[in-house]
This record gives sequence, structure tokens and C-alpha cells, in this order.
Amino acid sequence: MDAPEEAGRGAGEHHTTAERTSEREVMVTRTFEAPARLVFEAWTRPELLKRWWAPQSIGMTFLSCEADVRTGGTYRFVFGHPAFEQPAAFFGRYLEVTPPARLVWTNDEGGEGGAVTTVTFEERGGVTRVVMRDVYASKEALDEAIASESTADMTESFEQLDELLVTLNVGAGG
Amino acid sequence: MVHYETARLDASFAALSDATRRGVLEQLGRAEASISDLAETFHMTLTGMKKHVGVLERAGLVATRKVGRVRTCGLGPGRLTQETQWLEAYRRLWAARFDALDTVVEELKHKERGDGRT
Repeated sequence: MDAPEEAGRGAGEHHTTAERTSEREVMVTRTFEAPARLVFEAWTRPELLKRWWAPQSIGMTFLSCEADVRTGGTYRFVFGHPAFEQPAAFFGRYLEVTPPARLVWTNDEGGEGGAVTTVTFEERGGVTRVVMRDVYASKEALDEAIASESTADMTESFEQLDELLVTLNVGAGG
Repeated sequence: MVHYETARLDASFAALSDATRRGVLEQLGRAEASISDLAETFHMTLTGMKKHVGVLERAGLVATRKVGRVRTCGLGPGRLTQETQWLEAYRRLWAARFDALDTVVEELKHKERGDGRT
């Protein structure tokens, strides 16, 4: 993170970073060697979104992907996984859609206290830095999300890491 | 800071890939112990246990100090907190998604370049 605007220029420099930036915010960043409008397009056209939101390594598959990507529009993603008894649905509303710079949506599947996700697309010289922020209602809401989706048991942490990836709010941020 | 953190986590998860080492951490979470205590608990040779403790120590998961002739082990400063684990899992999820997104974006780029020529 020493020089964010340089990140992504060299091959293999596309690190995804994640950090808790405040009591109630988690930030994820990544750069893409493409103009913002293309990254934005891949994020807002359901048929494109469907191709990357549930990558193979996560083990989940889309059962349906509906997204009316405009301010006030809603989305609903339904996933299946061999370990799930029931398909998992993630849904919410787009609070802001500003091509090709900014997307804001709610995450309503968990009821009240769900995070609001803001994604910004900052283009500089044909390289786009994507910054995604999940802002929770309170410190307690984020702490609770961490506690409920983590395993406190050290000895099981490694085995459960893969599972965690699956059960972790895969819909968070969408 | 972030890159350092990533490297440290890689070391941590590598250290945790071994059942004995996970057991050692669990044990040390309850109470400090000497290497020979640990060797006995896990039915290992002293040399074998020293190696495991060394891996855990380099990952920052275990800290050792020598008191007289006895080396005592405890949990280290870099032990994985619940929050760190959660963040790392979240990061990996998004890294996987973003790699897939990168493929889609590259395709769009090529398609756009191809338009007008083909």
C-alpha cells in the first residue's frame, strides 16, 4: 500500500488487499489494467457479473442472478453449494449507480444491520483501482459479523478456512 | 504494511497446516510449556518438537524464552485473532472473485479492440 497508484502496473502486482479501516468499516482493494468503464460494465451487466462473482474455487454456483442495476433498483443472487441444504439468497437495493465511477448497495439478507457497500472505480492512465468498502451500522454489527462467521477454535481454523470462504457472507458486497 | 501482513499470514497458514503444530498451539493457549513437556505430550523426540516450535516461532505464532536451562514456549504476538482470520478469508474470497473479474475485463478489452477491425 506504499504507492497505490503504482500498484497493478507490473505483472503479478494485482494484489487484493483487505483491512478493517475503522470500527465499522472493512475495505478491499484491487487494480485492473483496464479503463474504469470496462470494469464497471463487468460489474453491472448481470450476464457478465455472473461469470466472476462465484468463481470455481469458492465451490458455489449461481442458481439465479437478477440485478436491476440503477439507482433504486434491486438485486437478488441465489447460490447453490454441495454442502448447502438450501440455496443461499443474497439481496438488496442499489442506492447509487453512477457510471463508471461509483456503486452503492445494501445487503439485506441478514435483516437489519446489514452492511452498505460502496465501490469506487478510480481510473488513472488506463489503470483502474477498485476500492470496496463495507460499512456496518455499528461497531457491534461488524464485530458480530466477524464472530458469527469465524471459528474461534484455533485447532480447527485451518481446516475450516475453506468452509469459511464458503459460508462467509459470499453475498456481502452484493 | 499490507504486503508484510500477507507474507506473515502465508507463514501462519503454512505453520498451521500440520496437525501437531495446531495441537501445540492449542496446548500453549491453555498454558506455557517447555519443549520437553511438549515433546512428551505429543509423543515426539525433543529434536522433532524443536523443529515444529521453530516453524511456529518464525510465523510469530509462538514465542520462546530461556529461563536457566529450560526453554519455555507461549503463544506469540502474531497469533491469529478471530478478526485476522475473518479478514484473511474475506480477502481470499475477493482475490478469487477479482481474478475472475480480471478475465472478464480482459475479454471486454480485446473485444473492444477487435471491433472495427473485424
